[in-house]
Amino acid sequence: MAGNVWVLAETWRGQVSETTYELLALGRELAAELGVPLQAVLLGHQVKSLTPQLGAAESVVLVDHPALAEPALEPYTYALAQLVKARQPRCLLVPLTNISWEVLGLLPAALELPCANFCRDVRAADGKLQARCLLYGGKVEATAAVSAAPALFGILPGSRPAEKGRGEKAPAVEEVPVELAEAARVKFKKYLEPEAGDVDITQQTVLVSVGRGIQNQDNLALAEELAAALGGAVSGSRPVIDQGWLPLSRQVGKSGASVKPKLYLALGISGAPEHQEGMRNSELIVAVNTDPGAPIFAIAHFGVCADLFDIVPALTEEIKRRKASRAA
Amino acid sequence: MNIVVLLKMVPDVVEELEVAPDGKSLNAEFLRLIVNERDAHALEEAVLLKERHGGAVVAVAPEAPEVDEALFTALAKGADRAVKITGFTSDFSTRAAAKLLAQLLPRFLPADLLLAGCQAIDDVDGQLAAILAHELQLPYLGLVTQVKLEAAGRATVTKEFAGGVRGEFEMTLPAVLGIQAAEKPPRYIPVAKVRAAMKTQKIETVPAAGAPAAALVEVLQLAKPEAAGHAEMLTGSPAEAAGKLCGILLERGVL
Repeated sequence: MAGNVWVLAETWRGQVSETTYELLALGRELAAELGVPLQAVLLGHQVKSLTPQLGAAESVVLVDHPALAEPALEPYTYALAQLVKARQPRCLLVPLTNISWEVLGLLPAALELPCANFCRDVRAADGKLQARCLLYGGKVEATAAVSAAPALFGILPGSRPAEKGRGEKAPAVEEVPVELAEAARVKFKKYLEPEAGDVDITQQTVLVSVGRGIQNQDNLALAEELAAALGGAVSGSRPVIDQGWLPLSRQVGKSGASVKPKLYLALGISGAPEHQEGMRNSELIVAVNTDPGAPIFAIAHFGVCADLFDIVPALTEEIKRRKASRAA
Repeated sequence: MNIVVLLKMVPDVVEELEVAPDGKSLNAEFLRLIVNERDAHALEEAVLLKERHGGAVVAVAPEAPEVDEALFTALAKGADRAVKITGFTSDFSTRAAAKLLAQLLPRFLPADLLLAGCQAIDDVDGQLAAILAHELQLPYLGLVTQVKLEAAGRATVTKEFAGGVRGEFEMTLPAVLGIQAAEKPPRYIPVAKVRAAMKTQKIETVPAAGAPAAALVEVLQLAKPEAAGHAEMLTGSPAEAAGKLCGILLERGVL
C-alpha cells in the first residue's frame, strides 16, 4: 500500500542485526505520527524463518531469491527498486551499517529519490519528513526536510533502544517475487575472515583505546603502559588503524569490533558516529580529549577535558601507586 | 591503467566548527579546509596502482578554498594531471555535485577506474561515487580497501563488512569504486615538494556546464548536536583528575 513506513530489515550471516530492531522502534513512532502501517522489508535467500522476529512491524514484505544470498549490492538495489516503485512507500529507513549502507548510494540514484544520510531521528512535520543528521564526524547536527516520496533515510545505529523494536507476535508475511538477472559486472566471491590478532579485544574487561590524538606510533607506549597497569589491552579508532599504528584486529567501530568492556577509556578519540557504533554499550566509558565539544563526551560517563599526554602518565602512576599500597 | 580520482574539500573537524549567522552553513571565516579523508585514501590507492601497473592518474576537484594546494599536493604525490572544476557550488547536495561531475568526466575518459572516497563527512544527501556510477552506467562497489588488477579488464576488489570481516568481489572494468581505506596510509609529502610542483606543474581549469540539479533534501538549519546526556567532567590538575578517576574505578570495581 502506498504511503507506508518501511524499514529495511538487515540480516548479516543468517541473523537479524540488532540495529534492525532500533530502526523498527523508530519506524513505529514515525508510522504512528503519519497514521500509516509499519512494514519490514526482508531480502535474502531462505530467510523466511527470520520473519517472526520482526513483530514490531505490522507485516513483512519478503523477497526470497538466490541472488540475494550474500550482501551483493546490485541485486539488493534492483530488488528494492522494484519493490519501492511498485508499492510507493512514504519512506524507507535503512541501517547505516557497512552491510546496508551502500544501497543508499545506488537506489536513490536509480529512482531519482531523495536520500538523507547520518540520521539519528526522523519525524513528520508540516507535511514533510524531517531528519536530524549528524555531520562532520558528529560535531554538527543538520535538520533536513524532505517533501518528495518515497524518501530514503540512512539511520545511524543507536537511534532508539533495540528492546523497543521487538514485537511479541509474528507479523503477517507477504512474499513478493522480483526479477533478478545473474550478477554480471560485480560478483561476490567470498568472505575474508579477520585474521586472529594477538589479543581479542572483544574479550577484554578493560580497553584503553586511542584515536588521532595519540599523534604518532611511538606515543602508543603510553597507552600500553596504562593498559598494563589496568590489566587491559590497547585498541584504536579508524585513523590509528589507517595509519598502520595498530593492526586491524584492534579496531573498534563500524568496520571493526563491537566491544562491551567493563571500562572503555577513550584517549584522543573525538567519537564520530562510526566509532560510537562499536563501543556505545561499554559498561563504563571515560573519555580524555582536549576538545570540550568532542562528541565522545555526550556518551561518556566521565570525561577529562585535557591533553592525554598530561593525564595518561599521571593516571598510570596513580594506579601503580594505589596497587602497590594495596599489595603492601 | 588510467585512473580518475575525485577530491572534495571539507572542513577539518579537528578545528572548532561554528554555525554562521544564517543558521544553515558553517562560518567560513574560521574554517580550515582539507581534502576529505576518504578521498585522500582514494588518491593514495590510485597512486599505488599506478606505481604497480603504470598509466596515469588525473585528480579532479571542484573549486573550493585551498583546493589549489590540495591539487598541487596531489601532483607532488604522483598524480599526472590536476583539474579544478570551476563555477559551481553544490552546498550540501552531493547529488547535484555528482550529476555535474558526471557530465564533465567523459572528457577525462577512457579510464579504467574512477575512485572517490566512499563517503564525505558532509554528505547529507546521497553518495558521490555511487551516483556517478549510475550516471555513467558503470559498475560500482563502495567501502573498498584493496584493488587487485587481473588480466583482461577485470579486478578483484575487497570491501569491508562488519566485525573485521571483508568481502572479495570480482568486477569488470571500467568501474567506479568508493574507497574506504588505501592499502597503505596516505603518503606524507614535504612542503618543499608541493612548492616544487607549484613551480613546475599547472592546474587545468574546466568550467561546470549547466545548472545544478535541484536538491531533494533541504537543509533547514545547522546546530551543535543536542545530546541526551553528557559526561560528568573531572576537573583539576592532571594529578587531581587522575586521582578522582582512580577513585571512580575503585568504586566500580575496575581497579
